[in-house]
Amino acid sequence: MNLTAETIRDCAETTQNCLVIRAGDPRIDAAVAIRFKDRMRELTEGAGGRVVLDLGQVEFIDSSGLGAIVGAMKQLPEGVTLELAALMPNVDRVFRLTRMDTVFTIHPTAPAGQRDRAC
Amino acid sequence: MPTLDPGPGGQAVRGEAPALVLRAEAMAVRDALARVIDQLRGQGLGVEELGSVELVLAEALNNIVEHAYGDMGGEIQLWWTLGPRGLQVRIADHGAAMPDGKAPLTFGQCAVDHAAIVPEGGFGWFLITGLAHNIVYRRESGINILTFRVIVGDAALPPGRGDSLL
Repeated sequence: MNLTAETIRDCAETTQNCLVIRAGDPRIDAAVAIRFKDRMRELTEGAGGRVVLDLGQVEFIDSSGLGAIVGAMKQLPEGVTLELAALMPNVDRVFRLTRMDTVFTIHPTAPAGQRDRAC
Repeated sequence: MPTLDPGPGGQAVRGEAPALVLRAEAMAVRDALARVIDQLRGQGLGVEELGSVELVLAEALNNIVEHAYGDMGGEIQLWWTLGPRGLQVRIADHGAAMPDGKAPLTFGQCAVDHAAIVPEGGFGWFLITGLAHNIVYRRESGINILTFRVIVGDAALPPGRGDSLL
């Protein structure tokens, strides 16, 4: 499961940083759901504030993938939130059909390009 | 190719060979989905329609892998026909029967409003019932047979035509 994390200075809320985790595989499905959740746990250990999962490369998720994303949210350290970004249409639909779009804050695009700029 | 015995009467297969036979494993499901979607793309279905078909097939097949067979492993047979009423699908397996002999077509696991009680599972049948029509499950001579229809292609074009209740 290809997941990479990057800390980005958060312009909107200057008191905290934002951990952006980019999913690099086109599918989060039953074949990788457990690995996804385990890798998310590794990447978010010690995180504070916001974690944004960038799904811009993900073309397909199934219910197992959705369950793994929910599981990743539940295993975050106390006080840390998981937000989602850049959902492709088929992925967006899974969240809407299951009403999980009401559970997560979903951003149209992932935060990026703010690291080197003065906020 | 090894096949499942359709049992007396042969209603599981109606005399047709399955379009696809796959091992009940997550990676085999991936491969099967890719093959079906590839064929349907060639028959003119749009991206969104292909997305619906892939999702509902994934849920049905993964249910068999995880629940009907579990650690046992086994074989899944898949038939599909794209016609004027949409995509008709039939899936057969030799795994355990559905609990109470019924598909879980009515339940409310996903009607949640608070993050604290959000379930991590139970979304699969919710998606199937949201995307498929005419869902019928039956157990026949030790075989699970699930049939359903996805309204795509010509069936999705004119308003009011081809749509029906579950």
